[in-house]
Amino acid sequence: MISDMLKQLWEQGILQTGIWETVYMTLLSTLIAYGLGLPLGVILAVTDKGGIKPVAWLNKVLGVIVNILRSIPFIVLMVAMLPLAKLIVGTSMGNKAMVVMLVVAAAPYVARMVESSLKEVNPGVIEAAQAMGTPNFKIITKVLLPEAKPALIVGAVISTVTILGYSAMASTIGGGGLGSIAIVYGYQRFKDDITWVCVILMVIIVQVLQEVGMFIARKTDKRTHQ
Amino acid sequence: MIEIKHLNKTFPSRHGSGEIVALDDINLTVRDGEIFGIIGLSGAGKSTLVRCMNLLERPTAGEVLIDGQDLMALSHKELLAVRRNIGMIFQSYNLLEQRTVLRNVLYPLELIDTPKDKAVARAMKLLELVGLADRKDSYPSQLSGGQKQRVAIARALATEPHYLLCDEATSALDPNTTAAILELLQTINRTMGVTVVVITHEMTVIDKICHRVAVIDKSHIVEIGSVDEVFANPQSERAKELILPRVKVASSIESGRRIRLVFNGESSTKPVVSSLVLECGVPVNIMAADTKDIGGKAYGQILLELPPEERQVQRVLAWLDHNFPSYNLEV
Repeated sequence: MISDMLKQLWEQGILQTGIWETVYMTLLSTLIAYGLGLPLGVILAVTDKGGIKPVAWLNKVLGVIVNILRSIPFIVLMVAMLPLAKLIVGTSMGNKAMVVMLVVAAAPYVARMVESSLKEVNPGVIEAAQAMGTPNFKIITKVLLPEAKPALIVGAVISTVTILGYSAMASTIGGGGLGSIAIVYGYQRFKDDITWVCVILMVIIVQVLQEVGMFIARKTDKRTHQ
Repeated sequence: MIEIKHLNKTFPSRHGSGEIVALDDINLTVRDGEIFGIIGLSGAGKSTLVRCMNLLERPTAGEVLIDGQDLMALSHKELLAVRRNIGMIFQSYNLLEQRTVLRNVLYPLELIDTPKDKAVARAMKLLELVGLADRKDSYPSQLSGGQKQRVAIARALATEPHYLLCDEATSALDPNTTAAILELLQTINRTMGVTVVVITHEMTVIDKICHRVAVIDKSHIVEIGSVDEVFANPQSERAKELILPRVKVASSIESGRRIRLVFNGESSTKPVVSSLVLECGVPVNIMAADTKDIGGKAYGQILLELPPEERQVQRVLAWLDHNFPSYNLEV
């Protein structure tokens, strides 16, 4: 049973915009989150005790910051970040502001993802690189990152899906996307079918991201050839 | 020439505040052009020692001199340059898994910005030397252990180093592959004049290719000399233990009194077991034997099972006390 409102949403293009907003917010936030999280994760992995350049204090400081950000529930973090969003993009409402919040929430998550991927690189390979006289920076660019590439891609897929979930939550305080359609039309006006349509669309987006990401990860990984 | 002088290495203990001594007052010289073996049981400190030669491990005290240059005095950058003159291969190959065979060999050349065409030519020449030119586009996961080690050798030689450190390079390989890799190392030593340092726990590796050998035990070098000398006449307990093959006996063998005859340089022409049987008139059962003839002397062990009668056992023991004192009675 399809309500008139659902038809209207489709005909007026609101649903399509919602899909686009969700995809765009998620991908843009993921991209920026990686811009911050990737170097942060590299620093965390490299400066750790067993890393190629242990710097205890730096590792500790960054680790604590990341842990604090990660331990705050997203919904609380969002509210707390409203002033920051205003400062950076000039508004605490709308999709731009949401991207700021998503990035703040996702970057520490991405950093830990990257850190754990890099730590899985065979220490023997790193030792061999050192024995061949590789400077530390080149160990990062020529050994750690390329060797961890499949794990990094898997991490990116997981991060993207998590950010997609966050973006739906961000709708509650003024973001757009499918989440906001589900809340404004489905929940607040008691149109269950709209909620369900939004849920199904989100599931489809997640599935596509997941499948495409994993396909790329498998394609890149040269360890599973044979 | 690699000179190690009064080298000490201690690690902080993982539990508590104590220290673990990995190497204690190590002195040795690896001469140019030789294949130098370092043998010891696992935990003896030999892997730490080889890592001190290119400062992958920083010694706690002492000197490491490569061609007279004190590595400890170098800056990090200078050290990286010296390391390009010291190739290294490992037990676990340590190839870059996401790079093809060719790109693995190109790796050290990329570090020194060798022009691409020159680098590829050099890499292909080395892949031909190790017999893997046709696998240049394969990934390490598609290769066997022996092939991976060949790629690692080609990679280690890419920057034309004067030294090659081999850390248990054949320990993960089967005997045939081991023999082939050792042969390759020998070829490299002979034709390219690369000085090779071999770390191993296998006497056969030393036996096959090394000119000189150091025996390391519990953080100390207990013996050092030419392989012939050390093999023919091991002085230290550890050297004897490593050189004299051990007899392994499955625990499922039927019980009974057993004696272990240890040959420790006795004349190999003396027929001990048959004399024992003939002179005592007691049938004994050879359960295991592993002996080696080195320069007319026997090294190794024979494990005999004695008949159950106490009288016969006593007769055998009396004969052995008289004729062959180095035996152990096992229960």
